[in-house]
Amino acid sequence: MTRQQMNKIAVGVITAVAALVVIPTVLVIVYIFVQGIGAISWEFLTQPPTNGMTEGGIMPALLGTVYLTFGTAIVSMPLAIGAAIYLAEYAGDTWLTRMVRLAIVNLAGIPSIVYGLFGLGAFVLTMRLGTSIIAGSLTLGIMTLPVVISTAEEALLAVPERFRVTSYSLGATRWQTIWHQVLPQALPGILTGVILGLGRAAGETAPLLFTVAAFYLPDLPKSIFDQTMALPYHLYVISTQVPNMPLDIQYGTALVLLMIVLALTLVATIVRTRMRRRREW
Amino acid sequence: MPSARSETRQGVTMMTPLTARRRVGWQRIGEFIIERLIWIAGISTIVLVALIFIFLLREGLPAFVSVPLSELFGPRWYPIENIFGLWPLLFGSLLVTFGAIVIAVPLGLTTAIYLGEIAPQGQREILKPLIEMLAGIPSIVLGFLGWVALAPLIQRLGAPTGLTAFTGSLLLAYMSLPTIISISEDALYAVPKEYRDGALALGATQWQTIWRVVLPAARSGLVIAVMLGIGRAIGETMAVMMVTGNAANVPALGSGIMFQPVRTMTATIAAEMGEVAQGSQHYHMLFGIGIVLFIITFAINSLATRIVGQPVNRRRRGQL
Repeated sequence: MTRQQMNKIAVGVITAVAALVVIPTVLVIVYIFVQGIGAISWEFLTQPPTNGMTEGGIMPALLGTVYLTFGTAIVSMPLAIGAAIYLAEYAGDTWLTRMVRLAIVNLAGIPSIVYGLFGLGAFVLTMRLGTSIIAGSLTLGIMTLPVVISTAEEALLAVPERFRVTSYSLGATRWQTIWHQVLPQALPGILTGVILGLGRAAGETAPLLFTVAAFYLPDLPKSIFDQTMALPYHLYVISTQVPNMPLDIQYGTALVLLMIVLALTLVATIVRTRMRRRREW
Repeated sequence: MPSARSETRQGVTMMTPLTARRRVGWQRIGEFIIERLIWIAGISTIVLVALIFIFLLREGLPAFVSVPLSELFGPRWYPIENIFGLWPLLFGSLLVTFGAIVIAVPLGLTTAIYLGEIAPQGQREILKPLIEMLAGIPSIVLGFLGWVALAPLIQRLGAPTGLTAFTGSLLLAYMSLPTIISISEDALYAVPKEYRDGALALGATQWQTIWRVVLPAARSGLVIAVMLGIGRAIGETMAVMMVTGNAANVPALGSGIMFQPVRTMTATIAAEMGEVAQGSQHYHMLFGIGIVLFIITFAINSLATRIVGQPVNRRRRGQL
């Protein structure tokens, strides 16, 4: 076999394997869409589950996920953006900075179920928040920190140094420079990070198990100290814990969850590419 | 916040014109407070990791004190009889993760090579968001599909049940693929273009260039990709809980080992924490498993960071 033939075979195999990764991804999304679309209706989205959850809709779970996503944003955004500014604009190459970076890598690596344990121990029991929206939001908020921090830091670092230098030369202080020059330029990138983080949080189940999620609640939560249903946990419950559950409701629920998460991911991707194109430097 | 860069910038601030100095009083104080807050935000990441570990220790250590070591490493996990042997759970986690990595590493690295070295620009722009989408599919949705669609399929292949270690490995493989692909693609991207040009100019084929030049040059990055993939797989909870059958016993060794039900550490915590009395031995034990998981993932991630070395020479795009 000549090396040219060898080359052809190798490139062919590599292409085939790449297809083996990409095609199932598309298939999974299409399959859930096809199986689930029949269940989706206005009633499905706006009615609570009825008859032992085997009929009706998913409204309380959907609403719970919306609440939790907002809660997550409120918890993680200020902290994450602050940390990103620290890393990109202030931190020098000291041991402390290296510790911060190590901490972020490890926060990203901690299993989601361990976040659930932490949320249970810290927020539900020690801070006596009980299983509640606020306990869940705090847990999810901490969990999304690393994603938001690293995307936001990238965005800040991408702002050219000459913007800063020009600003200083006009007499601006360091914070004025960050606030008026760097942050506006980096905003789209930071937003991308926030949306990506929220997308991940919206789909998470394990951290909710012991911090927020209710199996079934006839009433909607009245305050942030109430329990709530949540879409991912609801999907888990109806697919494994409820006997004789109609399959189309299961697929419908999976589809709604998938669409929420993919929509957030898509929005983040669009924001990023749009802004990259518009960038003038 | 002392740093080399801050000194030069402070120097710049000193040159502020006198007119601007008149209203610096309040402004200075405001900026001082803001900069402190930013510092606190940065440091809070360290505090959080420490807090998580401390809480796990506080709730989990009592278990390791009250359960004798011989039992802890024993083969039986029967919480109802107060028997807490971690071995079946650890074995379950390792088996499922091992299977996932065996599937995901070749697939992931090859896909990264395709994306980085072979795919034309247009294809790359479609494929990369697609892989990001794969990363975005919630684990519960994949678990659900595994439960209603994949498991019956595997059962039809001849296994006594579709809920096996293999089913879990297959799902986990696809869940860790985005991690492996994106990190190894970064590693390939970091290999200077001159290396490839040099090899091609010497008459090497594309494959020879990839195999002999690009891959060896990207080696350390590829190792990190695999490690982080392992870290991702071992911590996965929901999908694994739904498709591995959750039988807490050590599977019989042999050729059929992948086709038996197992139970992972993560699934054990998720499945049992809802039913335990707070403060019971079982409760502490589940936190104990959390400690084990924390230590495993902490070790993997810290080690991976060590391999890259200190992330000092980060690319600063758009220089002066």
